[in-house]
Amino acid sequence: MNTDIVLDAQGLTMRFGGLTAVNGFNAQLPKGSITGLIGPNGAGKTTCFNMITGFYKPTEGRSFYMGREMTGLPPHLACKAGIARTFQNIRLFGNETVLENVMIAGHLRQKTSWIQAVFFTPGYLREDKAMRARSQELLEVVGLGHLAEEKAASLPYGAQRRLEIARALATQPGLLLLDEPAAGMNPQETQELIRFIRDIRDQFGLTVFLIEHDMKLVMEICEHMWVLDYGVTIADGPPAAIKSDPKVIEAYLGEEVHCDA
Amino acid sequence: MNRQTTTLLNLSATAALGLFVWWAQTNLDGYFLQILNLIAVNIILALSLNLIYGFTGMFSLGHAGFMAIGAYVCSILILSPEQKDTLYILGGAFDWVQQAHAPFPMAVVAGGLVAALFGFIVGFPLLRLGDDYLGIATLGFAEIVRVVATNITGVTNGSLGLKGIPDHANLWWNAGWCLVTLYVIVRLLKSNTGNVLKAIRDNEIAAKAMGVDVFRYKLLSFTVGSFFAGIGGALLASLLTTIDPKMFLFTLTFNVLMIVVTGGLGSLTGSVLAGVGITVLLEWLRVVENPISIGSFQIAGIPGMRMVVFSLALIMIILFRREGLMGMREFSWARLAGQGGLSGKSGKKGGAAK
Repeated sequence: MNTDIVLDAQGLTMRFGGLTAVNGFNAQLPKGSITGLIGPNGAGKTTCFNMITGFYKPTEGRSFYMGREMTGLPPHLACKAGIARTFQNIRLFGNETVLENVMIAGHLRQKTSWIQAVFFTPGYLREDKAMRARSQELLEVVGLGHLAEEKAASLPYGAQRRLEIARALATQPGLLLLDEPAAGMNPQETQELIRFIRDIRDQFGLTVFLIEHDMKLVMEICEHMWVLDYGVTIADGPPAAIKSDPKVIEAYLGEEVHCDA
Repeated sequence: MNRQTTTLLNLSATAALGLFVWWAQTNLDGYFLQILNLIAVNIILALSLNLIYGFTGMFSLGHAGFMAIGAYVCSILILSPEQKDTLYILGGAFDWVQQAHAPFPMAVVAGGLVAALFGFIVGFPLLRLGDDYLGIATLGFAEIVRVVATNITGVTNGSLGLKGIPDHANLWWNAGWCLVTLYVIVRLLKSNTGNVLKAIRDNEIAAKAMGVDVFRYKLLSFTVGSFFAGIGGALLASLLTTIDPKMFLFTLTFNVLMIVVTGGLGSLTGSVLAGVGITVLLEWLRVVENPISIGSFQIAGIPGMRMVVFSLALIMIILFRREGLMGMREFSWARLAGQGGLSGKSGKKGGAAK
């Protein structure tokens, strides 16, 4: 079994009635890599993510995480196995504090139950304290430590994006899927984000798979990328090769038309 | 404010409540005592519905059903076999109903447990539904319970109901259970399990992505909620000493829902305050049902008028203060002492149930 390949997607296909959103998506992500998934709007990128994380059950094809079959597993089990994700439109737990947002991941490895909380058992108190400390530590690492007691919904946009990533990290994933992490960010914030993604990749030993429209970010950060158009993979390769691939240019800019008249 | 201080304050609040109950039991007349009892029961019901609706985001209208289950189980257990002989005149009680007998504390817990069991069982198919559909389905469940209660005369004595239920539920029991409910739900919500429930309410999809088995947690919340609804029903039965299926109409759920919404979805403090306020108002508003004479002009008393007034009040709340009295804020000693600042939540909730 080759565990150097963290994610192995084999012919993932998703059909909604007569519409084929994604057709035969193949991808192998080596451990520790940062890989991009690009394509025009509606190309099926998020659908791919949804299949990998269990939100959609693929019509055809299979996916493996660290050699383990993940096809058709519900989202919470995919997460438990080690696949974490963020969303295109931020989905935080808005009424909870930043710390609580991160702490929720603690339930994955929690041994005590709420019944023990009712009786204040020492085991529960110890675990709760440790969980709180670990979450606070993680917030410090991602630079949100000072905002721990703020309500998540009250954070500025950039911090909300960061918190979403932090929350995903709290589940202790091996594979992190980021759905348009730079959406709505200015160039300076995007630069910070690039550094941030590299940092967490190194620090947490992650493999990162990201969807992004910001070409500057993708070209700079990704070691390899896949290009989707109308659900079909039209190219894959290192950024430099993708940039000059005529099929990719066609998908983004349209076909060049020669007029001889 | 550290833990020792808040614990001390909670204990003193509990002691103060105890003193108050002792004072009320000896000094107040039956009418006021009854209102206090109803307040306690209503708070129990509101807290349990708030756990389901306000904190887990499951729109459930099945409270009357769980209350009915708790009430019948408890009543059957505390009625003596001799009483049942004279009560069940429609073909007599089943043997096991006739024989069943338990002391009051156990009967109340049994009422809660059976309600929880039903919550668990109906939760399996129902909690896969979302939003309004869940509301309709749980409403249907409550109606089924009522219709079944009307028809299995061997257990419930049908539409004649049960009368002469021993009135063991004095203020000590009601206030005590109220405190237990508050305590258990506060602890549940302060634990990480509570965090998960609130996460499901805020964003179910994100909760799934965080590895939350949403269905399991919803079922947990629903079961705990139905347990306390059953407890509330059991206490109510012993408090009113007579129950019949008609008592558990949708309006009963509506009353509880009104308290929860008025207090604030997602605020236990709000449920407690609104529990007191609305119970008192419901009594006080009986005035509008009396015949009124303005000069020579006479208006005959209209029964049900106070519900009209209440519905209007509810509309006003929805229009002008949608988040309810407390929004999602909670009482805390630290905030009371002016240390809590304006942050949404901090410190520990007090034991001041009244």
